[in-house]
Formats: sequence, structure tokens, C-alpha cells
Amino acid sequence: MREVAVVGIGVTEFGEKWETSFRNLFVEAGAMALEDANMSGDQIDEMFVGNMSAGRFVLQEHIGALIADYAGLVGNHIPATRTEAACASGGLAFRQAYTTVASGLNDIVIAGGVEKMTDVGGSVTTDALAGAADREWEGLVGATFPGLYAMIATDYMHRYGLTREQLAMVSVKNHANGAKNPIAQYRKEITVEDVIRSTRVADPLRLLDCSPVTDGAAAVILCPMEMARQFTDTPIRVLASAQACDTISLHDRRDISTLDATVAAGKRAYAQAGVTPKEIGMVEVHDCFTIAEICAIEDLGFCAKGEAGKLTEDGQTALGGSIPVNTSGGLKSCGHPVGATGIKQVAEIVAQLRGEAGARQVDAEIGMTHNVGGTGATVVCNILGV
Amino acid sequence: MVGIISYGAYIPRFRIKTEEIARVWGADGAEIARGLGVREKSVPDFDEDTITISVEAARGALARRPLDPGEIGAIYVGSESHPYAVKPSAAAVGEAIGATPVMTAADCEFACKAGTAAIQTGMGLVKSGMVTYAVAIGADTAQGAPGDALEYTASAGGAAIIVGNDDPIAEINHTCSYTTDTPDFWRREGQEYPSHGGRFSGDPAYFKHVQGAARLMLEQMGTTPSDYDYAVFHQPNAKFPTKVAGMLGFSREQITPGLAVPRLGNTYSGAVPVGISATLDIAKPGDRIFVTSYGSGAGSDAFDITVTDVIDSDVFNRNAAPTVEQLLANPVYLDYALYAKHKGKILMQ
Amino acid sequence: MSVPRYWRKQQNRYRLRGTHCETCGRYFFPPRNLCPTCRRDGTIVDYEFKGDGKVRTYSIIRTASEDYDLQTPFVLAVVELEEGTCLTAQVICTPEEVYIGMPVKKAFRRIIADGDAGVIVYGTKFVPA
Repeated sequence: MREVAVVGIGVTEFGEKWETSFRNLFVEAGAMALEDANMSGDQIDEMFVGNMSAGRFVLQEHIGALIADYAGLVGNHIPATRTEAACASGGLAFRQAYTTVASGLNDIVIAGGVEKMTDVGGSVTTDALAGAADREWEGLVGATFPGLYAMIATDYMHRYGLTREQLAMVSVKNHANGAKNPIAQYRKEITVEDVIRSTRVADPLRLLDCSPVTDGAAAVILCPMEMARQFTDTPIRVLASAQACDTISLHDRRDISTLDATVAAGKRAYAQAGVTPKEIGMVEVHDCFTIAEICAIEDLGFCAKGEAGKLTEDGQTALGGSIPVNTSGGLKSCGHPVGATGIKQVAEIVAQLRGEAGARQVDAEIGMTHNVGGTGATVVCNILGV
Repeated sequence: MVGIISYGAYIPRFRIKTEEIARVWGADGAEIARGLGVREKSVPDFDEDTITISVEAARGALARRPLDPGEIGAIYVGSESHPYAVKPSAAAVGEAIGATPVMTAADCEFACKAGTAAIQTGMGLVKSGMVTYAVAIGADTAQGAPGDALEYTASAGGAAIIVGNDDPIAEINHTCSYTTDTPDFWRREGQEYPSHGGRFSGDPAYFKHVQGAARLMLEQMGTTPSDYDYAVFHQPNAKFPTKVAGMLGFSREQITPGLAVPRLGNTYSGAVPVGISATLDIAKPGDRIFVTSYGSGAGSDAFDITVTDVIDSDVFNRNAAPTVEQLLANPVYLDYALYAKHKGKILMQ
Repeated sequence: MSVPRYWRKQQNRYRLRGTHCETCGRYFFPPRNLCPTCRRDGTIVDYEFKGDGKVRTYSIIRTASEDYDLQTPFVLAVVELEEGTCLTAQVICTPEEVYIGMPVKKAFRRIIADGDAGVIVYGTKFVPA
């Protein structure tokens, strides 16, 4: 296997992009990544696009070709493929791209993700996202996505004594980071009080525990490390890209409060990179809900089970803490255009490792991403280093 | 002899008080409650309808007497609020209790006596040897237009009676009916709420037909009211059955156990089957029960029933399903706004 | 709601009819036609669950999609059946009543209706036992 580097990144501004269409969002991100890599589109060998539900959100399938077409990449008739694993669709695109470059099949590959969620009403969004879990045996009985994570939170709080305030602190911390991120959907700080007084969505989760509905796209360009310096002075190495799966339904899990797929993908990634959690300088975790960040911090081995609430309360996951988590603002504050999230996480770590993260810069040499599909049925973990 | 093999009732847990309905329409609730003899009525949950009530009632009957559902050869569901205009409630009930596919099924409608019509149909099939067991259900999520007199009583509930030949808990000694074409209450196809003839639904309708069937029964059986321990009459309110009982010579004591209407309201097709259930909940071997239903349009079915030793034997467990008294206990009260939401009376986009 | 999709699982939803692996003894609801433990060595047979269980975890759903909106707030739970398998279902009780470990039993209810003209999906929910 060849060593692989990320040589270009592009992320659109996240938010309610009323004037921008699904396809144009991606074209914007792709062009930014190519610009960043100082590269021509003609040099691309293959394209992977993460997208969860264009079929529900914009009634469009056949995303690979559509995106390649509007990105001006059909001249060479490159392979263009959509990857889908609900909210981990972007992570999947990255891993597919990594695999084809590492194996020697391709040299230059673009991995992107895009979601246009605001063209439909809230009820359709809720319904479409419920498809990330088991439609037949969870969705049909009335399980919403926040509801499923809320059931994790109920179990977790009951077993480990996590307080409502500690849960809120996850959101407060992510908003503090997002306030410093120019592409974030919610560039504003909030308080614990704001969170615990926000609208109840699915007890114990409230509105400010939940990631928002977001339009956005992100793209990164990968190539073999040996070619990387043709495109950039600051190539970032992909030290690991690992994926794991678990039962589609929460009710079939061994342990409600542990995402075994996170544990498995994390272990695989650490082994592949030859590092331990202690050596990770920062991590972008999948905080689709505050409880998800709590579980992720533990399941990735940054602290023991039951201790992530305390770690958060002590400020250890904030900028300047022992393990900064979600410097981008996370899904909560930066926004969560479902298919784009996994790629945006990689772009954030790359920006951090290049020293281009501005007010949220962390001094670290190794960073990690953690992208979850559904309630943990698919997890992709990547480790990147300078 | 053909008889009742088992029975089960079901009543939703929600109630609205007569006075709360009266408050909305600016009427004197205490006076209406006193006049009707109905203090409160049951209201279905958002996810309850005639099919769910029927299934729960039938499951209660099967819990009291576990028999092979495969031996159920017929299911009839009597109701005037079948969730589908076309597609049988009875087939869904059959599927839910495991009686499908070797069985016959149909929905019955005869206003408030569709449940007793189902019992008679089942008796015929059992007596003729066509089926081993027949399940007869009377259930309704009754409709009454907002502001109409019916709104004070139209409620939700039902009961299932399993009819068979072997070791019944109560033998059905005889049944007879009295039917004419009398338009005292009706609902045209496509209409949401029923219409009624006001005071016309009294003498020429309820009282004429209930007395007609009841007197026919007494005459054919050669009995008098004092030969019976209990009597159950159709109960659109408490006033009518109490009055007709008096006219026929039955005492208040005989009808009280089977008179659920003061706390339940009028469950339409479910009313008499629930009344039979409430009576069987307390009956002893040897007790004789006189039953007369009434369905607008109009007709009455009468039954002469004798409780057997089987009701207290090992093959039957009365405690395996809730009694009507237990179903009526600990209700959750709704105000009119929530009641309107439960009944789908709020206009929504 | 697709009619065949609903009809196909009718008995499973109505009667908690799941499956059982005779090889390893595991019970499955939702039903599986392949035992994840024994795979091709497993012998799968139908099994009707008794319907008694307890709440393993829960949430009170305050915001739901259109089909369930009228019922909010409602209790959603992971229910562990006596036979040892878990499923997701609604529990019919007030938000204040539910707790982890609460004993529940099955109840037959409407799940959703496809508008005013489409099919009604019935199935199993739970009530406090």
C-alpha cells in the first residue's frame, strides 16, 4: 500500500443556502479544493461523492454522474460514484478514495460530500433522517432520530450519572469553537442555561442538544505522498482510514450506551496508524447530538466509560484542553449537511495540521476524525498527520 | 347446548364528564347528567378504533379460556364505526388472534344491535355444526355530532363473546328477535355523524322493539321476570333501560350489574355485549340472565342465558382478563379540547 | 405506505410473531431469517412472543414527523421481552409514568394511517403491566 496525502481541501459556508442548488453547492466545494491543490480538473482519475438522501431532499438520484457533469469532469469520462451510509456517507467517500489511491489503482482522486436539506419541510427532513435507522422496526413505530439518541442519553444518564448540565456543556463548547469558524452555520456562543431551557425535542434532549438542518458541501483531494509536493508545500498524511459496522437498530446493540462500531473503527485506525489515543492532538467527532460526543470521546479511548461528562466539564475537550474535540464547532455549531460532514471533518483536521485554523488553531501533529452513520451502524475513523 | 365459551371486554382509559361537554355548549351539565343517568363517557386514544378494541376484547376472551385459535371457524364484528367502509374489521381481528386462514368472517351493521346480531349468527353456525367456535364482537368508537344530544353519550368500547357447544360457561337457552323498518336513527353513506328522530326514538322505536322482543322471549320460554337473576337491556343512557325494565316487570337490582352506561356512556354495538360481560363478571353457576338489545332502524334481539358450573371450573379463568369494573376504574379525564383532538373534531390542514 | 410492505409484516406486527434459532436458542424480534450466530448452520422457526417485558431505555418524543404528530408527546422505548430479545416500540402511558425497568405487556393499536383514504397499519405497542 502506498502512503496517501491530502493535498487540497474545500468547504462551502454551511447554513440555509436558499439561493444555492444541490449541484452548485458541490461544484463550489470541488472548485475550492482544486484551487487549493493548484490542480486542473483534468488531472482527476476518479471521484467519490458522499450523499445520504438527495432522493428525498431534492428528488434526485444518480448523484455521481450529475456532480461530475456539473463539475465539468465528464470530458474524460472518469468513474464517479456516490457513497451512502446515512450520516457517514462523506466518511465513506473519503475511505473509498483513500483505498483506491493507496492500492495504486488511482493517483489523484477527489472525495466529496454534499447535502441540500432545506428544500423540504421539517417533517420530511425528520422522516428522511429516520431512514438512517431501521425504517421497518424503528421508524415505523414512531422513532425519530433525536428519539433514538435520546434513548441512548436516558440509558447513559441512568447508568453513569451524567448531569443535564454536563450534556449541555458539550453544546456550549462546540458553539464556542464554531463562533471562531468562518464557515460555521451558527457562529455564536451559547450558555448552559440556553441549552437546558431550549425546546424539548425528545427527552432528555432539547433543541440545542441537536445538530441543525444544513446545506453544505465539502471536498478533499488525495494523491500518493510521493506526488504530493507537486501540488502543495503542506501535504497532510493519511495515517489511517478505517470503517466498521454494527446492527442497524439501536435495540439490537450489545450495550445501548456504547457504539461498538466506534470502538472497532477506532482500534483499527490506531493500529493502522501505529498510534494510541494519547498521541492524538485533536479530534472531530460526530456530535449529531450532545450525547453522541460524550459516547464518542469514551468509545475512542480518550477517557474511561462514564468520564466524558467530567472531562467536558473540566474543559479538557475545549481549545487548549488536553484533547480538543470538534474545533470546527462540530455538527452542532458548524452545521450538519449529512453527506458532507465526514469530508468537512477531514478538511478541518487538514487545516489544523497545516496551521491554517486561525482563532481555533490547536498545536498538534496528529488529528483524528470520527463519522457515524445512523445510531452507530456505520463508523469511519481517519487519522491524519503532518 | 350452544352457549358462551368465553368473553372479554375492552374500554379505553380516557373519559370526559357530561358536565364538561355541557360547559362548552352552555348547557346545564348537572341536569343533563341527571336526566340521562350518564356521568361520564369513554373516549378512545388516538391509536384506538373499532378494530383495536375488538382485538383487545377477543384476546381477553382467549386469555380466560385458552383454546386453539385454529378452531375458530367464524368471526363477526358488529359496529357502526368500522375503520374501513370496505375491508372487513373481522379479518384483521382474525389475523391478530391467530384464527386465520381457515375461517369465515364478516362485519355486521344494525346500529346498536350489530353485536347481538353477530352472536345470533355465530349460534346458527355452531348449532348447525358448520363451525366449532364463533367469535361475536360488538364494538364501537361511537360518533355523535358536536352539540348534538348524542355527544353526551357516544363512547368507545366493546366486548367479544366466543360461542360454542362444548362446556359453555353459560348456555344460551333461546334467542328471538323483533324487527321492523323504523327510521329513528340513521347515518347515510358518506356522512360523518348520525341523524336521529329525537323523541321519535323513544316509544315507537326503543320501547316498542325492546318490549316486543322481550315479551316474545317470556312468552316462548314460558317465563316471568322473576325467573331471572339478572337482566341486560340496551343502554343508550340509563333512563331507557331502567324504564323498560320497569315496564316489563324487572327490578332495579336485576339490571344494575349489567348497567355500565352511567360511567361508560353508550358504546353502541358494544353496549349489550359489555353489559353481558359485566354480568358474567359476577355471575354464579345457575344464575339466569335475560338480555335484550336494541338497534335503531329498528330491531331487538333477546337471549335467555343460564350460567353453568364451568364458569368456576379449571378450564375457565375469569381473572385472566380485566373485568368491566376494572376497565372502568382509574380513568384519565380529558377536557373538551383534548377530547376534540382525540375524536378528530379539530379541523387541521 | 406501500401496501405489500405493510401486509408482508402484518402477522409480525399484529402478534409479535418473530423467529427462534433452534440451533443456538436465540430469539429474534424483529424476525430474522438467518441466525447471526449460527448463520447457515442455524435452524430458524417462527415463534410468537408472549408480549411481556420491561423498559430498557426510553425517550419522550415531543417532535415527530407528520404521521405521529397528533400523538406527541408519546413514550418511545426499547422493550426487552421476557425471551431476551429487544425491540423499539411505543409505550402507552403518561411521560411521568415511564421508568427504566418498568414491566410492560403488549397491546394492539394503530401504528399509522396513510392519510384519510389509505391503509391503516396496526401493530403492537406496550402498556404498563
